[in-house]
Amino acid sequence: MSGDQAPRLEQPDRPWMMRTYAGHSTAKASNALYRGNLAKGQTGLSVAFDLPTQTGYDPDDELARGEVGKVGVPVVHRGDMATLMDGIPLGEMNTSMTINATAAWLLALYIVAAENQNPPTPQAELQGTTQNDIIKEFLARGTYAFPPAPSMRLIADMIAYTVEHVPKWNPINICSYHLQEAGATPVQEIAYAMSNAIAVLDAARERVEAAHGDDEDAARELMGQVFGRISFFVNAGVRFVEEHAKLRAMGILWEELGRERYGVTDPKHLRFRYGVQVNSLGLTEAQPENNVQRIVLETLAVTLGRDARARAIQLPAWNEALGLPRPWDQQWSLRIQQVMAYETDLLEYPDIFEGSHVMDGLVAELLEGARAEIAVVAEHGGAVEAVPYMKGALVDSHRQRIHRIESGEQVVVGQNRFAETAVSPLTDDAEGGILVVDPAVEAEQIEAVRRWRSERDQGAVDAALADLARVAADEASRENLMIPTIAAARAGATTGEWARTLREVFGSYRAPTGVGEASGHETPDAELTELREEVSRLQERLGRRPKILVGKPGLDGHSNGAEQIAVRARDAGMDVVYEGIRLTPAQIAASALQEGVHVIGLSILSGSHRELIPAVIDALRAAGVTAPVVVGGIIPDQDVAPLKHAGVACVYTPKDFDLTQIMRDIVELVGNDSASGNGATMPNGNGSAADNAAASNGSGSGSSAHVA
Amino acid sequence: MSDDGTALGARLRERDLSAAPAALNLLESATVEDREQAAALLREVSPQALGGESPGHVIGITGPPGAGKSTLLSALLHAWRAQDRTVAMLAVDPSSRRSGGALLGDRARIELDAADRGVLIRSTAAGERLGGLAWPTRAAAHALAAAFDVVVVETVGVGQAETEIVDVADTVAVVVQPGSGDALQFLKSGIMEIPDVLVVTKADLGQPATRTRRDLSASLRSLGSRSTPVLAVSSLPPAQGIEELIAALAEHRAGLDLAKRRLAARRAGALTDFIAEHGARGLRELGGRQAAMDLLSEQDPGLGVPALVTVLEQRSETSGGE
Repeated sequence: MSGDQAPRLEQPDRPWMMRTYAGHSTAKASNALYRGNLAKGQTGLSVAFDLPTQTGYDPDDELARGEVGKVGVPVVHRGDMATLMDGIPLGEMNTSMTINATAAWLLALYIVAAENQNPPTPQAELQGTTQNDIIKEFLARGTYAFPPAPSMRLIADMIAYTVEHVPKWNPINICSYHLQEAGATPVQEIAYAMSNAIAVLDAARERVEAAHGDDEDAARELMGQVFGRISFFVNAGVRFVEEHAKLRAMGILWEELGRERYGVTDPKHLRFRYGVQVNSLGLTEAQPENNVQRIVLETLAVTLGRDARARAIQLPAWNEALGLPRPWDQQWSLRIQQVMAYETDLLEYPDIFEGSHVMDGLVAELLEGARAEIAVVAEHGGAVEAVPYMKGALVDSHRQRIHRIESGEQVVVGQNRFAETAVSPLTDDAEGGILVVDPAVEAEQIEAVRRWRSERDQGAVDAALADLARVAADEASRENLMIPTIAAARAGATTGEWARTLREVFGSYRAPTGVGEASGHETPDAELTELREEVSRLQERLGRRPKILVGKPGLDGHSNGAEQIAVRARDAGMDVVYEGIRLTPAQIAASALQEGVHVIGLSILSGSHRELIPAVIDALRAAGVTAPVVVGGIIPDQDVAPLKHAGVACVYTPKDFDLTQIMRDIVELVGNDSASGNGATMPNGNGSAADNAAASNGSGSGSSAHVA
Repeated sequence: MSDDGTALGARLRERDLSAAPAALNLLESATVEDREQAAALLREVSPQALGGESPGHVIGITGPPGAGKSTLLSALLHAWRAQDRTVAMLAVDPSSRRSGGALLGDRARIELDAADRGVLIRSTAAGERLGGLAWPTRAAAHALAAAFDVVVVETVGVGQAETEIVDVADTVAVVVQPGSGDALQFLKSGIMEIPDVLVVTKADLGQPATRTRRDLSASLRSLGSRSTPVLAVSSLPPAQGIEELIAALAEHRAGLDLAKRRLAARRAGALTDFIAEHGARGLRELGGRQAAMDLLSEQDPGLGVPALVTVLEQRSETSGGE
């Protein structure tokens, strides 16, 4: 743009698309919520699915226990999708779905719901986005279902299918959002998102070249279309000036990538398009009303400069660190967007940073860092191969961030500075100012899916799933997986059946945990040194090093907290067993028993702690493990007493940001537990005489800790 | 008061797998009381008490990081369980001990049926002793071999690690990935001893795995070893070569003079433990390494390691007192 343009646009810009990430309990309840939000002036939908839907399990699966309808809506079959979108004409709606491993399936259900609506909408007219970024699921969010290679194949198939048949659909949203939530610095966020996009585009290019091997022009044109359909989903933290620079840098890199690596020339295809959800990591449980100003400032990061403005925005609610937001909390966030777009003069100007030396300098700095880091990922063999490297780097960045907050170097108002507060009237009600999902929902959904299965044409479902398995097993045929997926959706198959069919062919997968790669405390501070000495003393008494099992029960893949606890426990001198995400109570109990741990730490952020924690404790005690259990996560105040009643020794929430203090508590807990002779008193199932002779050890020798 | 080592040992001898976790807690403990009970436990599973060598097949599996050991172990575990063989896995983690603590990550990579009582996985940090197996690992492998059909000891590294593992395993398998020149170099230069079985992972890559397998076979032949099998496996579905690997491991064990190998291992282990406890000075009091080995070879071949250590200690006290 030239420097002599007018300071005002002739016409103010149209506002960005406004959404709220929403969904809970059932398709029916969520449909009512969506209609209410649209009536309030929301202009697009953003569907939050529950964890069983995201990871490909039906509500009656063992792994779904406690998770049904919690962090989003369960969508099990085409009937649920029809209910969810009832009365919302899909030809006019723009729907963003936060769905990844099972994205192909949910898109298929959406296509089928649209063709069954009255009036029907053909798939060619559907508009929206499936998140579909599996690499960041391996890195940060944890709702993967299949190993990396077949996951990439599914994505490439979806891109190929939508470019041809659903041309207004964004088949993938490359997410840097979750990388920042996992602790990424701005440079890491840019570099890993771009590397991730390269992996996806390279896979798509193979398809394009295979389809148009002989016709270079057609191949280039199609590659341009593919490139133009890739959008991003980014994050914005409270350091909003630098965050804005980050988005400008991403735009520059994206265009460069399109031109140089993929030969894209059409400016329309080269445009960096992104939606945003601003930062949740920085939202505090302490004085949660302060989160409102954080959200406002973060929104400025993605709206301030016209050249790097978001296409679509959804804002978190002020009380996210407390639990699930209520409709009123979400309305407040929508109103922030509306004030920004309709009351301020933000949309009246050309890019206000044009010619700014400061902004250009910031952008240049980020570009330099990001290019170097992209090169490192390339050296590792690209984003898919570099998942362990990137995961380790993220865990390490997050560890440093926590350390800065603990030391006070990074100020968090209301948490590590200015913590004095009056009682908040906002969190005064019986539920503590959050939404609590009716526990009856899970039973209803189990009942509903069983009824659905009994009433459908089973022969048609079996045939459709058999065809899906055939195509999945025969990659060489180059048949697109979307075709049998849509057929299975029409036939009435369920989410769990679709995913199980593919798991049987592709195998299952556990992503790297990153904790092994994370470096330790370079220079332990006085507190940590003191703690290590305490751990050594405890080791002398126990006879072996204190050993902790860090476990994540349920389907919740947000493992940042668990990873940081694992790393800090190691830094404090303990032996740490960390198995990653998605464990059943029985698996946690088996690990605790076999590993002979002295204490168990559980982390849950999905709100399923009321069901899952007591289930884990029951499983542990049934296995004969008496070791104490501590719990961390988003646990509302009113749930603490019931958890303690169920046998939990300590409960930690986001306001407990001092990890060294948590470790000190745990070491003390193990010390008291062994001194009280609690070890080895539980007879196991065999109940032999020899077993009972393995008596408790009041002298404090911990050799027999907790297992008989 | 400690766990009753005699009772736990007796349960292991009777193949009661549920005794294993408590037995491991005891064997890992360093308190004086627990060490006594641990010796009692090992006495119960010594060849003398068993009336022969313990029936379990102790298999050492080692290889560099990233070679695909965990996925391979996962595949092996399922194959063994499909044959209804019980399996204990001792994973020795190489994590640095800078802070004293260690992250034991291996378990995360192995798919397990939580309800299956025929499998046990125990992670331990590499010993504080430089380069060695975690010190209780040897004792644990001996004890578990009385109760489980297969005991796997997994370590990381190529070079030194498998010389340590020879002292505990009946069969040593080294795992490398395609294109890893290190193993080839180590073999040729003699840094690495010739393993009993060589495994090349990631056979699904095709050509590179085949080439690595061929190169390794060639250099083994040039070193005069024609009997070491070199197998290519893929642990990803559809798995390839797993059944063949299991057969090769079993075949090695079947062709082994087990009593001789175990006896040598027990004697070497006893000496290592004695030196860890009493140092070079203790060894001098015995009249040096050879004298110690001579003394050990005079003992009842059915004695367990702690009993052999006691023999060395008694002799050292006698000569030290002169």
